[in-house]
Amino acid sequence: MFDLVRKLTIFFIMIAIPIILHASERKFNLGKIATKTEIAGWDIDVRPDGVGAPIGSGNAIDGEEIYAEQCASCHGDFGEGLDRWPELVGGEDSLDTHDPVKTTGSYWPYASTMYDYIYRAMPFGVAQSLTHDETYSVVAYLLNMNEIIEEDFVLNDKNIGKIKMPNVEGFLLPDPRPDISNLNGKPCMKNCVSPTKIIGKARDIDVTPEDEKS
Amino acid sequence: MKKNKKKKIKINRRELLAGTASFGAIALTTKVVNSQEANPNNLPPNVPEWTAELGAGVDANPYGMPSEFEKNVIRRNVEWLTASTESSVNFTPIQDLEGIITPNGLCFERHHGGVSIINPKDYRLMINGLVDREMIFTLDDLKRFPQTNKFYFLECAANGGMEWKGSQLNGCQYTFGMVHNVQYTGVKLSDLILETGLKPKAKWVLAEGSDSSGMTRSIPIEKILDDCMIAWAMNGEALRSEQGYPARLVVPGWEGNMWVKWLRRLEFGDMPYMTREETSKYTDLLPDGKARMFTWVMDAKSVVTSPSPEKAIFKKGVHQLRGLAWSGRGKIKRVDVSLDGGKNWETAKLHDPVLSKSLARFTLPFEWNGQELLVQSRAIDETNYVQPTIQELQKLRGVNSIYHNNSIATWKVNKDGTVDNVRLG
Repeated sequence: MFDLVRKLTIFFIMIAIPIILHASERKFNLGKIATKTEIAGWDIDVRPDGVGAPIGSGNAIDGEEIYAEQCASCHGDFGEGLDRWPELVGGEDSLDTHDPVKTTGSYWPYASTMYDYIYRAMPFGVAQSLTHDETYSVVAYLLNMNEIIEEDFVLNDKNIGKIKMPNVEGFLLPDPRPDISNLNGKPCMKNCVSPTKIIGKARDIDVTPEDEKS
Repeated sequence: MKKNKKKKIKINRRELLAGTASFGAIALTTKVVNSQEANPNNLPPNVPEWTAELGAGVDANPYGMPSEFEKNVIRRNVEWLTASTESSVNFTPIQDLEGIITPNGLCFERHHGGVSIINPKDYRLMINGLVDREMIFTLDDLKRFPQTNKFYFLECAANGGMEWKGSQLNGCQYTFGMVHNVQYTGVKLSDLILETGLKPKAKWVLAEGSDSSGMTRSIPIEKILDDCMIAWAMNGEALRSEQGYPARLVVPGWEGNMWVKWLRRLEFGDMPYMTREETSKYTDLLPDGKARMFTWVMDAKSVVTSPSPEKAIFKKGVHQLRGLAWSGRGKIKRVDVSLDGGKNWETAKLHDPVLSKSLARFTLPFEWNGQELLVQSRAIDETNYVQPTIQELQKLRGVNSIYHNNSIATWKVNKDGTVDNVRLG
């Protein structure tokens, strides 16, 4: 009898409790634990505070050469943007005008985002092909072209989270919507005051693709 | 007798071949037949050609396609908008659709690095960061979780973005077509994290795609746990490649850019990641040069799909005005229609089902006797939000914010029945 109780107790401690704990931790027992190596290969994001920035460094002098080879065919020699590819340089003091120019220098709030995006998605069609040093160099070159750092400034994983971008204070949070006036569900139904003069016609602008008619 | 029967079959086969040839001839002239008068030989009292001969058998088309007479019902893009089709957008032909479901092949596409083609055997979803267990799931793993089936609209925040300054594109498709509505099948993220656990400090999730743009967006944990899901099917079949096959994120009621396709990773963190898409794009520039950030919800919106610039009126008499309405804040409560540019309104009929964060269909019969009309629709959602005019949005946000233009559009029906996208002022 004692032996049976002892055996049951051992069973409970050794087998049953772990099963219960295990079940409460992983409800469905699906998937597998990711290894550190697997995570390191895919976890490539870099946060504004620099967390996630891979070890490496580069300056604008090295970056200019890489940029000329890898980036200029779309973005232009001076980051001016060819055809409809994005402009990367300039646009300061344009955001409150009729024709705002949003570039890394005039609009992007964080240098970390430049690193993150260039490494993950550029050059267009050859994603994640730049080395970390090359990526730091290209970011340094763009920051230098936008007059944010000197050309011999060595950008690296320790300081990328400390670069102060010109437009870092340019964003408003939280979302103020619904920002419109009519939130009572009771709009005017009859003889409402409404502009009815035609002041513009898409047909006159004439930029609609030809095959527009059904 | 037996011999005769055999012969008869042979003759029929020959007829069938001949029939195929004439079928091809019809195909060549589809455009003319479709846009012009009917062929009198096919009208009463005559026996139409498709009655006099056999049609194609089963298996002629193992995956069925629309009738060849519907060839104009396609997605279209605006070439001058973007530098390359791999990083571009096209538009759903909503003017040609009925009900609330968008057929899978017509759902508008927005890619930032082209369409990734992924063998589902090679698909992996990684979950890392502030979770108890960093894990990797296969597609089969995901399909073994409790399943959810939901209808949701997906609208690009830039839908109507070309119309802030004035009426620019003369089409319902080009001005409202960055929206689609399908039934998703997938797993709720609130179920998925029962497997990984969640650390108390986890406040944000970075969703990351495996396409060539490595699309990334930050999403607050409250939304993730509320109604976000990972979908592997749409309208009953596997996701289309251009919609993220084999698995995408579904973020109900929020801007389409967040619905990361070809989803490969969810990282839980304690602050937003400030990705390129949520800083340099999808932020709404105001006249003073400041920009609103994290404007996620798609506010209530509606559009008259017929009559519209693509849907002229050819006959006098009764017509059925048709349209779509939706809100990222819940259900559509009511849609009003005006035929005189917003002076007088009539409430349209809303058709079942009216679902939360889904397109809703409305119709309203009207008489047309050759007079000019200024057609508008105005949605009201269950939060009592009333779809605004463009003037009201311009007063609040200027004309350079690109995103979140949910204003009332005006279609002018001309005396000849053609329809123009116009701006009233």
